[in-house]
Amino acid sequence: MKTLKNAAVGEKVRVCRINGTGPLQRRMMDLGLLNGTEIFVRKVAPLGDPMAINVRGYELSLRKSEADVIVIE
Amino acid sequence: MPIKLSLAGNPNSGKTTMFNALTGSDQRVGNWPGVTVERKEGKLKGNPDVIVQDLPGIYSLSPYTLEEVVSRNYLISEQPDVIVNIVDATNIERNLYLTTQLTELGIPVVIALNMFDDLAKRGDKIDLEKLGGLLGCTVIPTSAVRNTGCQGAVEKAVSLVGKEFPHIHCFNEEIENALIEIESLLPEIPASRWYAVKLFERDAKAAETLTLPADVSAKIEAIIERTVKNGCSPEEIIARERYDFISKVVSSSVTKAPASLDPSARIDSIVTNRFLALPVFAAVMFLVYYVSITTIGSMGTDWVNDVLFGEIIPDFVTGLLEKAQTALWLQGLIVDGIIHGVGAVLGFLPQMLVLFLCLSFLEDCGYMSRVAFIMDRIFRSFGLSGKSFIPMLIATGCSVPGIMASRTIENESDRRMTVLTTGFIPCGAKLPVIALIAGALFDNAAWVATSCYLAGIAAVVISGVILKKTRLFAGDPSPFIMELPSYHLPLWSSVLRTTLQRGWSFVRKAATIILLSTVIIWGLQNFNWRFQMVDANDSMLASIGSILSPLFVPLGWGNWRAVVATLTGLIAKENVVGTLGVLYGVAEAAEDGSEYWDLLRRDYSRLAAYSFLLFNLLCAPCFAAVGAVRREMMSARWTLFALGYQTAFAFITSLLIYQFGKFFISGVFEWQGMVPAIVLLVFVLYLLFRKNKFARKKDRNAVELHGENLK
Repeated sequence: MKTLKNAAVGEKVRVCRINGTGPLQRRMMDLGLLNGTEIFVRKVAPLGDPMAINVRGYELSLRKSEADVIVIE
Repeated sequence: MPIKLSLAGNPNSGKTTMFNALTGSDQRVGNWPGVTVERKEGKLKGNPDVIVQDLPGIYSLSPYTLEEVVSRNYLISEQPDVIVNIVDATNIERNLYLTTQLTELGIPVVIALNMFDDLAKRGDKIDLEKLGGLLGCTVIPTSAVRNTGCQGAVEKAVSLVGKEFPHIHCFNEEIENALIEIESLLPEIPASRWYAVKLFERDAKAAETLTLPADVSAKIEAIIERTVKNGCSPEEIIARERYDFISKVVSSSVTKAPASLDPSARIDSIVTNRFLALPVFAAVMFLVYYVSITTIGSMGTDWVNDVLFGEIIPDFVTGLLEKAQTALWLQGLIVDGIIHGVGAVLGFLPQMLVLFLCLSFLEDCGYMSRVAFIMDRIFRSFGLSGKSFIPMLIATGCSVPGIMASRTIENESDRRMTVLTTGFIPCGAKLPVIALIAGALFDNAAWVATSCYLAGIAAVVISGVILKKTRLFAGDPSPFIMELPSYHLPLWSSVLRTTLQRGWSFVRKAATIILLSTVIIWGLQNFNWRFQMVDANDSMLASIGSILSPLFVPLGWGNWRAVVATLTGLIAKENVVGTLGVLYGVAEAAEDGSEYWDLLRRDYSRLAAYSFLLFNLLCAPCFAAVGAVRREMMSARWTLFALGYQTAFAFITSLLIYQFGKFFISGVFEWQGMVPAIVLLVFVLYLLFRKNKFARKKDRNAVELHGENLK
């Protein structure tokens, strides 16, 4: 099972599902990270964490621990 | 009856700029009841019958962040007459997600399609008629920065007041049927459609406000069970339906120009570049620090301290009082007590204003979120946010603007932690104290000052680790997921307004709590218990010092003079030097107190002096900083907790240093001192290394729990 955490910089991936429930998951859905959403992995911060992604035409940063709940195809 | 108009929109949609453009200078800034979320209200320019309410920037009306809860409570319970929804035209998909929720409230909504000029520059085109038709509301193109279209949007909104506002259908047939069924079970209430959706999402907070009878709740649950299939959560279904609807709307009304590398991406390729990010960040921080603390700001501060409150005002007032032949004690109270004390606090104002100007600029242009992005890795391991770096750095100059700079941290728990620990960083006013001890007992050894800074940083880290494991800062429910907004050249009027508002809130504090505290300390220092004016040596403060001094015997400096000096350090830390001078009989001590170094050497061992120094660096900060803490914490309880914690931390640190130092130097084990020291050390180590039982609690209970803590 591959999650967004393992995606390489420059990779284009598609969300398969968001694991779990709760505020974190809800925030992700509210921001448009849903089943089938396309994500472009933009970059990783200089110290290796967090990462920045492009989704629905804007840029979002999230920690790798948070990216780990996003299962990708 | 005035018309209540609410501005709602995503963070970074230009909402604040729009609010400023609409209300001009007629604004009231406060807080939402019980929370630190800023609340802004103002009268519409040219039409005082319209009250504009600025809601916090939100992505959704879900019940998870403080801003969202505040906004939805307001929208539901206060029922504003009309909503102007600000939508960033350059980021339309995500912005319309909130729109789909706002239009369910039954309140008329007008869309202000903001940053329309940026969109045109990019070459994208939007069919406004079509977009409005699909969303069921009027769309007005605006540019808050250029102040175009804003009035038009408001006029349109005002014309809709009192009119029916049917919601748009944005769900598929099956869900729509379920929602209609749920709505029919509800009593006659405003926003029933919104409630129906929330109940379908199993939103506990919404259910709570309705207090439905058990049989209705059961019926609703049955409807949900029937509609939701293959393991999806109802929340997810609703969110996906909304985004699917938006995708359809956008694809039929927006024509995108062929993609080109936008300027923001180009800036970011340098600013957040793997190798350049940290040097660029260091350069920006140096510049901010240089401008506000070292040069322009400190020139202003020096002038206010030395000229305005050092000569002009005292001379003028003394002249007046002498002419009026007022009593000597009254002159003393006014000139030495009030003017000196308040002057010491207001002296920080120029530095703070310059600093806030820089910070507002960085915030408004979008760099601040990059700072969090770059620094997050370092700071989150001890319960702070990436943005905590800025307050800490500023605090090396002065903790007052440092503490107030924590305003840029959105997450409440991170902000509280930052406010609490920023005072540990040695500020400029603590330097004379360091110089005094280093000069008197350590032959000006450089390691004394260096070790003070290291001790300050260590105190921040240790406190972060310890406090993160307590209930107060437990189970952070607000995730780091954060938008990196496009860069914008900020509007100077906006930046200036923010700066002045922040400065003013500090001045108000100086005029109340700080004034009172300085007058009390002044009185204690100048009167004896029979209220006769005496020398500091015979004052109430001296006898309080004598009473308190046994407390500090385990720290090595149970000497009343040192205790009194520490107390006067609460007005301003550099007072420690002056007070010790007065108490040792030196009238005018130099900044480093070199006249009485000999006397200090007689009274204190090196170890005792170092313990005294550490205590003064780490214990409760000066009144100005306490005022700033109070301002940022928005709660007396939290302020007291911060002060208590800092003082306890300083006490334990000094005690451990003194007792273990004595043991290692003399080699003699004195059980009276060592047993408590060892117990305390074990206690601190336990707090540091115990398991964090609140970690990884990301369920809803954690949110409820956190919500309780906030009150």
